[in-house]
Amino acid sequence: MLAAPALALGAAADDVHPIPSMFDPVSPPAEMIRGLSFLVMGIAAGILVAVSGVLFWCVWRYRARPGDDREPPQVYGSDQIEWSWTIVPVLLVLVLFLATWRTIDEIEASEPPPGSLHVTIVGHQWWWEIRYPDLGVVTANELHLPVSADGARRPTYLTLESADVIHSFWIPQLAGKMDVVPNRTNRLWVEPRATGTFVGQCAEYCGTQHAKMLLRVTVHEPQDFERWAAAQRAPAASDASVAEGRAIFQSTACINCHALDGTVADGSFGPDLTHLMSRATIGAGAAANTPENLRAWIEDPHTFKPGVLMPAMKLDDQQIDSLTAFLVTLR
Amino acid sequence: MTVLDEGIARPREDEARAGAWSKVHDWAVTVDHKKLGVMYVVSALGFFLIAGLEASLMRIQLAFPNNDFLPPTTFNRLFTMHGTTMVFLVGMPMFFGMANYLTPLMIGARDLAFPRLNSFGFWLFLFGGLLLYFSFLGGDGLYGAGTAPDVGWFAYSPLTGRAFSRGNSTDYWILGILVSGLGSTATALNIATTIVTMRCPGMTYLKMPLFVWLMLVNCILTLVILTPLTAAQVMLLFDRFLGAHFFDTQAGGSAVLWQHFFWFFGHPEVYVLILPAFAIANEVVPVFSRKPLFGYPFMVGATVMIGFISLSVWAHHMFVVGLSPAANTFFAASTMAIAVPTGIKIFNWLGTMWGGKIRFRMPMLWCTAFVFSFVIAGLTGVMLAVVPWDFQLSDSYFVVAHFHFVLIGGLLFNIFAAIYYWYPKVTGRMLSERLGRLHFWTFATGFYVTFLTMHFPGLLGMPRRIYTYDAGRGWDELNLISSLGVAVQAVGLLFFVWNLLWSLRNGEHAGDDPWDAWTLEWATTSPPPEYNFEQIPVVHSRRPLWDLKHPQDPDWKYE
Amino acid sequence: MTAAPGTMHAPQPPPLPATWELPSKGRVGMAGLIVTESSFFAIFVVAYLFYVGKSLTGPYPADVLELPILSSICLLSSSVTIVLAVRALRAGSVRTFGAWWLATILLGLEFLIGTGIEWHGLIYEHGLTIGTNLFGTTFYSLVGFHALHVLVGLLLLTLVLLFTAFGKLHAGHAERAEILSWYWHFVDTVWIVVFTVVYVIGV
Ligand code: HEA
Ligand code: HEA
Ligand code: HEC
Ligand code: CUA
Ligand SMILES: [Cu+2]
Repeated sequence: MLAAPALALGAAADDVHPIPSMFDPVSPPAEMIRGLSFLVMGIAAGILVAVSGVLFWCVWRYRARPGDDREPPQVYGSDQIEWSWTIVPVLLVLVLFLATWRTIDEIEASEPPPGSLHVTIVGHQWWWEIRYPDLGVVTANELHLPVSADGARRPTYLTLESADVIHSFWIPQLAGKMDVVPNRTNRLWVEPRATGTFVGQCAEYCGTQHAKMLLRVTVHEPQDFERWAAAQRAPAASDASVAEGRAIFQSTACINCHALDGTVADGSFGPDLTHLMSRATIGAGAAANTPENLRAWIEDPHTFKPGVLMPAMKLDDQQIDSLTAFLVTLR
Repeated sequence: MTVLDEGIARPREDEARAGAWSKVHDWAVTVDHKKLGVMYVVSALGFFLIAGLEASLMRIQLAFPNNDFLPPTTFNRLFTMHGTTMVFLVGMPMFFGMANYLTPLMIGARDLAFPRLNSFGFWLFLFGGLLLYFSFLGGDGLYGAGTAPDVGWFAYSPLTGRAFSRGNSTDYWILGILVSGLGSTATALNIATTIVTMRCPGMTYLKMPLFVWLMLVNCILTLVILTPLTAAQVMLLFDRFLGAHFFDTQAGGSAVLWQHFFWFFGHPEVYVLILPAFAIANEVVPVFSRKPLFGYPFMVGATVMIGFISLSVWAHHMFVVGLSPAANTFFAASTMAIAVPTGIKIFNWLGTMWGGKIRFRMPMLWCTAFVFSFVIAGLTGVMLAVVPWDFQLSDSYFVVAHFHFVLIGGLLFNIFAAIYYWYPKVTGRMLSERLGRLHFWTFATGFYVTFLTMHFPGLLGMPRRIYTYDAGRGWDELNLISSLGVAVQAVGLLFFVWNLLWSLRNGEHAGDDPWDAWTLEWATTSPPPEYNFEQIPVVHSRRPLWDLKHPQDPDWKYE
Repeated sequence: MTAAPGTMHAPQPPPLPATWELPSKGRVGMAGLIVTESSFFAIFVVAYLFYVGKSLTGPYPADVLELPILSSICLLSSSVTIVLAVRALRAGSVRTFGAWWLATILLGLEFLIGTGIEWHGLIYEHGLTIGTNLFGTTFYSLVGFHALHVLVGLLLLTLVLLFTAFGKLHAGHAERAEILSWYWHFVDTVWIVVFTVVYVIGV
């Protein structure tokens, strides 16, 4: 039963756009920004060409020739000229400002239309907690969204909060960044128009592992998204063959930091592990989510992510094997 | 000047030692503005090399994806120390050093208003800097960069709170900068007072050299913005040591308040760094174009405008913290407005060059490169001021590229210009033109390779302050090129340092006025005597030496 | 410098004004100090205003603060006495100067004692310390920095009083005394702001 959605999800998840370029937008806020940036670059290029043109002309035309020691005519200034090169920049600045103003309004004043999806993102030192309050889904680091089409708009409104220090949520192809500030709630709006996986990462320095606080957004066809959400809502797998690993998990400190449905684990310091294997990466993008990596992670997460806030648990090899075997069942 | 080359009978060995010792003593207890000025500039150069070394280590780490040359903690300490050093221990003392040495000479005074306060300010700055660097010795010592601070040069809360920054690394940052900041406040006060109260007869405000004008504005700006930083740092100390809650988000405190306080200082601070650079260009460009500065009153006006406007733009560093759209719009407008007075400056330099007979000696080469680089730098600044685009660009390598363009292409290039220009005055010797050209071409090339390239990873979504990145994101080659450029810069700097040392003994004798210049410092000997001028000069125009050299056609007829 | 040829026929510049007087170093220096100190206080004031009403737990200002009327009157009137002192010194009567100067010091001292009593009450009766809540944090730092400035002012004033007592002071020192009085006026002005912010707006 689980195999079918996994396959379908795979399609969007495999279509990864590895380069988070702001010039390759797939969502209206990012598209508006690109449009504005072209205007600004055009004006800037014009100014650069004009000014450096004059500069090079001066360098070429007015360089001192050998042997000519007379002083050039002494010119002290000219009010007309001064005013003209004050007015022209004022006008250019006005154009830039009006364009900026308009786009600020367009992006920031947008109200959620009915049918929008609401997601809460909580930044932690160095991973992302992701909650879908309307769908009852909790996951980490990998955001899944439905695609939005003209007839059936499904924009997503993100509520950004932080559990510790300041982070910043940034997927360049979807929207500009927005800081994730403790004791404050910020909002961000995205509306992906194409399926696929888009990448980004934390953009505000937040401590040792700021570099490995990556983000993935997978955009699905609507029905695939519903299937994904349903799978996330399902209770955790409970495979009898890995009871040993399960017991180790429940008797180790893991439960203090992680939540896992159907066990006593309800910590909130680390990512929810209920559907761990539905994620493509572990440690907020520090490694691919393979059984080998998972094992190595539990043995010592610091090999992937030095300084990470999860300690090495000092379990023996056999315990780690059973624990890994258990985790691998958590689809 | 002649004193220098008269052979003095060689003293005996022990006398020489005693002589060396008493020289150290002389420098340590001096209250002479010229010696203090030189000490400021030399310490700044020292700190520059150290901070450059830190940058080079970072660039090695970033040259390849998933590199493990440096562990993350070390990398984070390096960029914090690099940024903090460059801003507070290189940019600021360069400004104070130049102002110290040159303003009294340019206004025809014999020293600063408060010579002892001047020495006090210098030593506070130096001890603050040494305190900051002492942090490298804690913890694991140099390995792992000790307990050097790792919170970034703007030290955002709550990362700096007790909860997230244990140990004392952040305290080093606070105290080092606080102490050197007090020194800077004292010196700014001193220089401003000197300019207001000690100008020589005839030098009204509108006859001051523009260099002096910019220093005046800059000192006043420093007085207004530096104590707010001190205040914010005191609050942070209270938080860390007394359990106060200014920036404690757990107790209802605000993380954003620190940002407002820091950037209310931080933005004007970057203008405090760039105004001395403009000041230098204001002296160099006219002398080497052989024309008076075009539009002097407009330059004064533009400077004052920049000073005022810069106090109202700080939140452009905070466009992405979620201020209201109205606030973002306001700060976009004020930020863009600065382009106008800055443009006036650029245009007036061009106006000065236009119709001149430009001598491309070393100072002028650097100034020309400065004008070009600064236009690029300013335009990327305006791009950042376009709020929605800044939602993308903020905290990316595009910002890093922007500020290195202003700080190197703007500030550093002009510092080089200044050193080539005034070294003869300070030492009595010319710097080697040949080494100078090698320095210019290698460093400028390396700079463009490193930092022009750096804009692109930013546009491709690379955030700043990451110690490593995954392969295949489109950033690999760009980072490698950027890192290679640093090697070229380093070679250029070697030429420069070698030139400074070599010319001290072997440079051509400069004479009093090697550039045929017009301001008062060139009217005295090189190096100037302790009392600067035998007679306090009297001036009638902005170019007193022009008047002397062209009695038939003096400036005061036209001003 | 070599004289250019033709010096003989050179035009002469317009004469300079007969006297060339610029402001005194002391005044300008003190003005600068006041500017930079004002910036310092401005930040603490902003922090105070920003956190008005944001404390998560008590005690709140309205519960524990009382208007420090007497202290304020003392401090403000000390601005008057110091002006009278300086005026006396300029007129050459050192004894009158000493009297007014002493009055200034006593008034300032009363203010400090008032602050001490207030703080003692806050700490021991109401349990408010700098770490209690945002109110404590901002209150003690703002009021404390002001009190610190009063203290520094008092030390300087006392130094001058000692000089007076030992007969080292004469009318020639009037300008210096006046410059010091500027600092004292500044401290007073800051108090007006602090008073308004803490005891009027903040409660
Ligand atoms: C010397 C220092 C210096 C200078 C002079 C400037 C100059 C400018 N800076 Fe820069 N800036 C920094 C140093 C400096 N900056 C630093 C260090 C940071 C990063 C801090 C950190 O985060 O670590 C930063 C960051 C920074 C940001 C925040 C980015 C972010 O973090 O999101 C912004 C946003 O608005 C900005 C804008 C500007 C603008 C508009 C100017 C303008 O003053 C530029 C004006 C000049 C011109 C425009 C060119 C000449 C003008 C003309 C030829 C006239 C015609 C032009 C027009 C009509 C447009 N800067
Ligand atoms: C005046 C200011 C200034 C200057 C001149 C520089 C110069 C340089 N900077 Fe700096 N930089 C900043 C100010 C400056 N920087 C600031 C404010 C930050 C932000 C920090 C933060 O985020 O908190 C920053 C951040 C910063 C980063 C971003 C780090 C990050 O976000 O992860 C990088 C990365 O490449 C970098 C690189 C460089 C390089 C390669 C140089 C080169 O130009 C340096 C050239 C110098 C050398 C190559 C030295 C060579 C010397 C020797 C070979 C001799 C050594 C010998 C002895 C010491 C005895 N800088
Ligand atoms: C002190 C708290 C703590 C303990 C104890 C702990 N973890 Fe973690 N764990 C974390 C944190 C924090 C993260 C997120 C790290 C990151 O990405 O920076 C994490 C991440 C993980 C991940 C990767 C999840 C993902 O989707 O990225 C796995 C798997 C994991 N822990 C398993 C375990 C197991 C198994 C144990 C017990 C043997 C354990 N953890 C004990 C805090 C803890
Ligand atoms: Cu989280 Cu950077
Ligand atoms: Cu700025």
